[in-house]
Amino acid sequence: MRFLDIDHVSKDFGGVSVFTDVAFGIAEGEFVTMIGHSGCGKSTLLNIIAGLERPSAGGVVLSGREITGPGMDRMVVFQNFSLMPWMTVFDNVRLAVRAAHPDWGRRRVAEWVQRYVDMVGLTGAETKRPAALSGGMRQRVGLARAFSTEPKVLLLDEPFAQIDALTRGVIQDELVRMWSASRNTVFMVTHDVDEAILLSDRIALMTKGPGARLAEIIPVKIPRPRTRAELIDDPEYLRLRNHILHFLVEAAQRPAAAEVEIAASTGRLPSLATD
Amino acid sequence: MGRERLRVVCYSVLIGATLLALWQASVAGTPAGKGLPGPVAVARAAGEMLANPFYSNGPNDKGIGLQLLASLGRLAVGYAVASVVAIALGVVLGLSPALYRAVNPYIQILKPISPLAWMPLFLYTIRDSGWAAVLVIFMSSLWPTLANTAFGVVNIKRDYLHVAAILQLSWWRRLLQVVLPAAAPAIVAGLRISIGSAWVAIVAAEMLIGGTGIGYFVWNEWNNLALTSVIFAIIAIGLIGVLLDAGLGRLSRRLAWSE
Repeated sequence: MRFLDIDHVSKDFGGVSVFTDVAFGIAEGEFVTMIGHSGCGKSTLLNIIAGLERPSAGGVVLSGREITGPGMDRMVVFQNFSLMPWMTVFDNVRLAVRAAHPDWGRRRVAEWVQRYVDMVGLTGAETKRPAALSGGMRQRVGLARAFSTEPKVLLLDEPFAQIDALTRGVIQDELVRMWSASRNTVFMVTHDVDEAILLSDRIALMTKGPGARLAEIIPVKIPRPRTRAELIDDPEYLRLRNHILHFLVEAAQRPAAAEVEIAASTGRLPSLATD
Repeated sequence: MGRERLRVVCYSVLIGATLLALWQASVAGTPAGKGLPGPVAVARAAGEMLANPFYSNGPNDKGIGLQLLASLGRLAVGYAVASVVAIALGVVLGLSPALYRAVNPYIQILKPISPLAWMPLFLYTIRDSGWAAVLVIFMSSLWPTLANTAFGVVNIKRDYLHVAAILQLSWWRRLLQVVLPAAAPAIVAGLRISIGSAWVAIVAAEMLIGGTGIGYFVWNEWNNLALTSVIFAIIAIGLIGVLLDAGLGRLSRRLAWSE
């Protein structure tokens, strides 16, 4: 049985179809990434899985239960971090831990929070507010907040898009480390081909919107643990990367092809307006 | 102290001293008790009033300290109740956009009404001039806080509410941990406007109701033709207004946050 079942989901806004009839399953403990152009509705699909938006048709089933709204079994890591700016680092994580464990005492909550703050390397920054942190550090808080509740499913919405390239690699490694220990089921949405190959078990490719469809799902058969350094010379990595980039360029042969040429030369799609 | 700041202080003192000197010069030569009193006369009267601010020789003769306390007491009651009501109502309106749009026209009509216009209705219904004045304060400090709170809550970033929804925070916890802190800067801005307009309104209200209070004091001293007392009371009203505003300024800095 599929652990997380995206069951023929469609979404339209004001009569315009964003994507139609998207259907695939994610096994428990699997890391699946969706890549597609801006406007293909991948973030919308993520929000539907999170329960923050409703599908126009179809539904999402998580371990046998249809999703009807947000819940603690699905934690989101947001592109723009979405930390509470009036709370310290510690309090941001604590808000989630207390919500996940309402029966825990103060002490136990505090110890648990500290464990995850330490895990993302923010020891010493507990009393800082998000405004005093760099983008990379803010997303570390976002990861600590999400992992600390031990959700069944982690939903990563372009989590590294607003982080500078150098820091991005470091945090990706941290995500891999945390995920290897926790083995949550993950659905991630990204523009970044390298990131997708580094992290995923399978990669779902979406055609261009409006009216986007799921084109194919490709397995990433590179053994773990993967490191970015080894990946560069791996023939399977190069094959996958070319395959995905070709797909994206061809999908973009319609209107905005220029953007994707940049993407092909850098291996990274430009971050366009968020969908 | 930085050079820039030193310069500002020097200018400030210089402007104040010049104004006082001009004032004194303009009244020089008029015999005491005739015409407008000068700053020296006012200072002398202030010294006398401040030497014994809390005396009470019957209803028409009380120290300025007692009068100010009476005004501040009314302000505290009316303002506190208005703030609680305004914040609660503002949160309710802010959380339900349909209700907000439905009620907003009425708020817009009620907002520009001078709080003193309500006075006859208050006097008629509650038949107690002291409480009528408190209600005037209530009316004067209700709208800015209400409007600002509703605005602040309506404009809370959806991301914060999404996080609250995902964490399935209870209604109460969502209010205390997310909605109120997110809207706090807007709410305090409203509270700050409110306390200013309440302090403005109390003087006029007390002139009407008589009895006690700094507004009554001003009117009573005018009837006694004690202009030195009137001028000193004006200055005291201004200084207390500054203190009230500074207190809320501190609160606003404590609750401020930036993304």
